Amino acid sequence: MLGYVVKRLALLGLMLFGLLCITFAISHVVPGDPARLAAGPDATASMVETIRAEYGLDRPLRVQFARYVRAIVAGDLGRSLRTRETVGSDLLRYFPNTFELVTGAMLIAVGLGVPLGILSAVYRDTWVDHLTRVVSVSGVAIPAFWLGLMLQLLIALDWRLLPLGGRLGLMQTPPEPITHLLFVDALLRGRWATFADALAHALLPMVTLCFPALASIMRVNRAEMIETLKQDYIVNARAQGISDARVVGRYALKNAMVPTLTMIGLRYGWMLGGTVLVETVFDWPGIGLYAVSSAVSGDFQPIMGVTLLIGLNFMLANFLVDLAYGWLDPRTREAGVA
Amino acid sequence: MDTALARTPLAAWLGRHESTARELRLYARIFARSSASLLGLALVLAFLLVAAVGPWIVPYPEDARGAVHLDLKLQPPSADHWFGTDEVGNDIYTRVILGARLSLRIGLIITLVGGLIGVPLGVAAGYVGGLVGDAIMRVTDVFLSVPALVLALAIVGALGPGILNAIVALSLVWWPGYVRLVHGKTLSLKAQTFVEAARAVGTGRLRIVFIHILPNCLSPITVKASMDMGTAILAAAGLGFIGLGAQPPHPEWGAMISHGRNYLPTWWWYSAFPGLFIYLTVLGFNLLGDGLRDILDPKSRA
Repeated sequence: MLGYVVKRLALLGLMLFGLLCITFAISHVVPGDPARLAAGPDATASMVETIRAEYGLDRPLRVQFARYVRAIVAGDLGRSLRTRETVGSDLLRYFPNTFELVTGAMLIAVGLGVPLGILSAVYRDTWVDHLTRVVSVSGVAIPAFWLGLMLQLLIALDWRLLPLGGRLGLMQTPPEPITHLLFVDALLRGRWATFADALAHALLPMVTLCFPALASIMRVNRAEMIETLKQDYIVNARAQGISDARVVGRYALKNAMVPTLTMIGLRYGWMLGGTVLVETVFDWPGIGLYAVSSAVSGDFQPIMGVTLLIGLNFMLANFLVDLAYGWLDPRTREAGVA
Repeated sequence: MDTALARTPLAAWLGRHESTARELRLYARIFARSSASLLGLALVLAFLLVAAVGPWIVPYPEDARGAVHLDLKLQPPSADHWFGTDEVGNDIYTRVILGARLSLRIGLIITLVGGLIGVPLGVAAGYVGGLVGDAIMRVTDVFLSVPALVLALAIVGALGPGILNAIVALSLVWWPGYVRLVHGKTLSLKAQTFVEAARAVGTGRLRIVFIHILPNCLSPITVKASMDMGTAILAAAGLGFIGLGAQPPHPEWGAMISHGRNYLPTWWWYSAFPGLFIYLTVLGFNLLGDGLRDILDPKSRA
């Protein structure tokens, strides 16, 4: 197992380097004038020249790249023209919000997707199965930003059941930060009203964001479950008179979960992409909204910071899934890095 | 009678292609067995039809070119304006229908460029293998590790907003999926007896790739392309919604939803109809892709 972990770590390092190459290419090679881009749309010619000299953008690309990597390793992601803060501190402020949104959405997706996938496999070709398939097909096809707007229209504006957007109502002040995660902090400080308010604000964005993941988790779990239920050991267990619930819940689910786990890791990354749109709809103060607001105002450095952070997160998620995979299914360890 | 019929060219042609015809009939039967596949086909055909004849069936074609009728602004759906009007009095039905053509073009370009970059790289990685193959696959993995929309957002940020830049950005990030797909397929084909036999009799590499590998990759590529048409349209609409894709007066669905957002909840039709069309289009391509997979590539069903 140790060798497997070391191999995976080396691969992670290689991937991170590759990610830096991509972001470097986008920020230094793609644009016509990187200095102009970094200086922003309102910069004067002399400001552009200052930036060019300051970042060494007139030097050879090789030198620029070395400088770029050194800066990022030191935690310097540039400065946002819009917020007048360093991108690093902005990301630290906004990322916990995104993390809570994505985690909550993933919990909903797994919590609903796995049982629904099992139900639809066990009751294959009945109305339960058909209904779940409609949900799973729609989940991938529906534009998240539109679904969010329609939910706002119906539930927040028409029925007035839940708030329209943001993280907290005007009457609530955020609790003293401990972990910087609003839900956790509210709980730790015993602020139940704040917690309830935060939950009410989070419900619609989380539901909107979870749909594509819910759909694929359901789909993979259903397919795996159908395959697993055909296996000899399941037939044998049934023949021995073990109850259906035990056969499905204990014997089959364990094996069917392995591919589902991969899907969860993969979807976590895609969800981080989805937050860009969902946060825009719900005014959720996370890195997605930060990236979009920056992009719209021609503020370039924050976008690159968000891209790096999301890539890093996705890679870490997949790394953890790989580890879990190696632990659940020893065969993958022996096969080495596939 | 048989001999008389066999002499007509049509019958002769049918005779020669009887096995193909039988196969196609089987495919059609499998496809028609699933109502979801049929729905997908119907939705895609409807979308293509609308995209083809759009300019001739819409009531107010000038409304997609920046016309302004302030006296007609924000009217609810009616007999004159089926989907209502927007804030400058443009007919939303007209704009949504004409948007189909734009979406089709966006989807086609992104999928095509993605395939044209990805398929050759995938074949090279799988067939040549070695250091080159490893390098290609690692680069692909890195690209796959950032969500396409985020990477496209960064590229559009560098190039500046606009429909053309959005298409360029999405095309640049769309190919890794094809590399993965074709790489895996090529690896499994390479190990098959018929490819080994071709190699044994001294068939050239390029010839093996074109005669044996690529034709056998076509089915999964077709399935993926069908799915990708939907996904690419969805991604472009996402960029449009953010405000980095199509700019007014282009009748782009995502941008329309984004503008309509400011007029919720009273003027709900502004956002509702373009979104519904995105949903139906993407749904159609996904269901069609599922149906195609059932007949072309039944083993890979998940």
